[in-house]
Amino acid sequence: MLEIKNLHVSVEGKEILKGLDLSVGPGEIHAIMGPNGSGKSTLSHVIAGRDGYEITGGRIIFQGEDLTGLEPEIRAAKGIFLAFQYPVEIPGVPNTTFLKEALNAIRRYRGEDELDAMQFVKMMREKTKELGISDDMLKRAVNVGFSGGEKKRNEILQMAVLNPVLAVLDETDSGLDIDALKVVAEGVNKLRSPDRTTLMITHYQRLLDYIVPDKVHVLAHGKIQRTGGKELALELEEKGYAEFGEAAA
Amino acid sequence: MTTPKVISREATSSELDADYKWGFTIDIGSDLAPKGLSEDIVRLISAKKEEPEWMLEWRLKAYRHWEKLKFQAPKWANVKYPPIDYQDIYYYAAPKSNAPKSLDEVDPEVLEAFEKLGIPLQERERLAGVAIDAVLDSVSVATTYQGMLEKHGVIFCSMSDAVKNHPDLVKKYLGSVVPYSDNFYATLNSAVFSDGSFAYIPKGVRCPIELMTYFRINQADSGQFERTLIVCEEGAYVSYLEGCTAPARKTHQLHAAVVELVALDDSEIKYSTLQNWFPGDKDGNGGVYNFVTKRGKAAKNAKISWTQVETGSAITWKYPSCILQGDNSVGEFYSIAITNNCQQADTGTKMIHLGKNTSSKIISKGISAGRADQTYRGLVRMSAKADGARNFTQCDSLLIGDQCGAHTVPYIESKNKGAIVEHEATTSTISEDQMFYLRQRGIPPEDAIALVVNGFCREVLQQLPMEFAVEAQKLVGISLEGSVG
Repeated sequence: MLEIKNLHVSVEGKEILKGLDLSVGPGEIHAIMGPNGSGKSTLSHVIAGRDGYEITGGRIIFQGEDLTGLEPEIRAAKGIFLAFQYPVEIPGVPNTTFLKEALNAIRRYRGEDELDAMQFVKMMREKTKELGISDDMLKRAVNVGFSGGEKKRNEILQMAVLNPVLAVLDETDSGLDIDALKVVAEGVNKLRSPDRTTLMITHYQRLLDYIVPDKVHVLAHGKIQRTGGKELALELEEKGYAEFGEAAA
Repeated sequence: MTTPKVISREATSSELDADYKWGFTIDIGSDLAPKGLSEDIVRLISAKKEEPEWMLEWRLKAYRHWEKLKFQAPKWANVKYPPIDYQDIYYYAAPKSNAPKSLDEVDPEVLEAFEKLGIPLQERERLAGVAIDAVLDSVSVATTYQGMLEKHGVIFCSMSDAVKNHPDLVKKYLGSVVPYSDNFYATLNSAVFSDGSFAYIPKGVRCPIELMTYFRINQADSGQFERTLIVCEEGAYVSYLEGCTAPARKTHQLHAAVVELVALDDSEIKYSTLQNWFPGDKDGNGGVYNFVTKRGKAAKNAKISWTQVETGSAITWKYPSCILQGDNSVGEFYSIAITNNCQQADTGTKMIHLGKNTSSKIISKGISAGRADQTYRGLVRMSAKADGARNFTQCDSLLIGDQCGAHTVPYIESKNKGAIVEHEATTSTISEDQMFYLRQRGIPPEDAIALVVNGFCREVLQQLPMEFAVEAQKLVGISLEGSVG
């Protein structure tokens, strides 16, 4: 499903990922945990194809295809979704307009018929109902004036609408109080499916109380240092990242 | 004589780079006056139009005034272009056949041209509720929905017909807002205007449909000098739409129009423009020089609202203005100006507050991409007698890429201590974060830009009538094509 082999990535000449290996099977949920500056966000951005990240070695294989060099929108069309740590504001563009444009762009790429306004509205109603999100959020401009919790819920809503094969959740728990965290986690759990692979990137263990991963990886110094089951997260919660040299990082 | 050619959006690489969907020319025999301007040409235009003596006199006054101004076109605008040779321009071009009496008599090629433009001229294809006066080059081709308007006493016809059939109204109001001596281009227009639209809404009548004029320059090397006059009597209301296109030409074309709005007591005029003249190719070859004077005068409790979407023209020089003469009168200016490649625009408005408790609102959204340069220039003047007057101005500029420019030049003159003038301005870019966010959701870069720009312009787009708003949104996207580096 997702195979990352010996990935080296530099940002402005500085190497951030230094030979990262990762293998995630279909339908699995993996957590990537690590201290600040370990390369977690770099990993999420490089999977999504953001400019400014230079791959100096290794490969990212998604569904058997090397992603290197593909534009972000092509990766999105192929089913990769990134839930942003800091969702971006698009003033003046209603959420529905944005989502319809995104969904239809992806459908066009896949050679599917675009949804017309009626079909889209119907689908949106189902999704918001399923996730318990108010319609009000659809009319507002994308993320403008949204609270931290609303922004993250909006990311989950987008994920529900775009229905990705691979969802990368980049620090989805950051900046959320416990109630907001529960709501977001509930959304992610509702979207769990054997057809969807999820990569959760997080600093803290608490998100994993609500979304239980199949595997936990510890990322530090640009590499996966350890891989284990969900109990590894609890161990980290107790001991911190000292073992992986956080203090030095 | 021009050969028919189609430069469609698909055929971009062949003729001209500019992705100009409307860039086709039509092969219809043109009735041309010789190039250049002289008293004889003015007389010829007047004679061709079988005008009464008073009209000719007015034109000649303007021409004589223009002669004195010769080669002294205003220089203060922030636009650059080589001097225009005014003797190398056709001042009159009419489709060869005589004015049609009904749609059946309209040259099929002309009708076809309008169809290509998406203007549904024929009954079955007509946009519901829009009466169209179509001006091709300089002559009104056909005016629809006449009967229905007549029932309400609304006059909507070509300027030429108005001169013939409603001379008293024309005499009374022509030049009453923009006098023939107003400025270089307005003076030129006064001497040589060959057609345009005239609308008159009688006392207390709310015009039942939106009135619309579609302008198009077809003839190469010709200037277009249309003149529009709208008069709203006491308590009347009209919403007027104006659309402009021109074929892709490798030489520049001059467009010097004048629009005058007269809003009498308690009346309201809403004037919306979608300007999509040919902007020139990406290296700045060809394109329309759009030097236009638009102004309205509002009497007591009257309201004038200008909404413009300016995406075309090589150069735009245009300041739709309001003279708020009557107490409690209201002026509004909502503008979107998009410049891409080598386009230049110096545009804005003037709000002249004369009456008490007059208020005005200016919302200007400027988008600059490529190597384009854009200036917002706006005047807010509070006269000594304008007690309680109020203005709010918001000028937002959006820059796409690092080679374009945006300038804001507000002039604020207040002679009244009680008047309130507010000015807000912002300059922003489309951030890399926004682009990545949208692209990550599957939206290709050009669509992403169009989406952000449409959002940026939303406040203004919302002012447009429905049919226009949809077209405007598409135009916004099209005009910015190729702006992604």
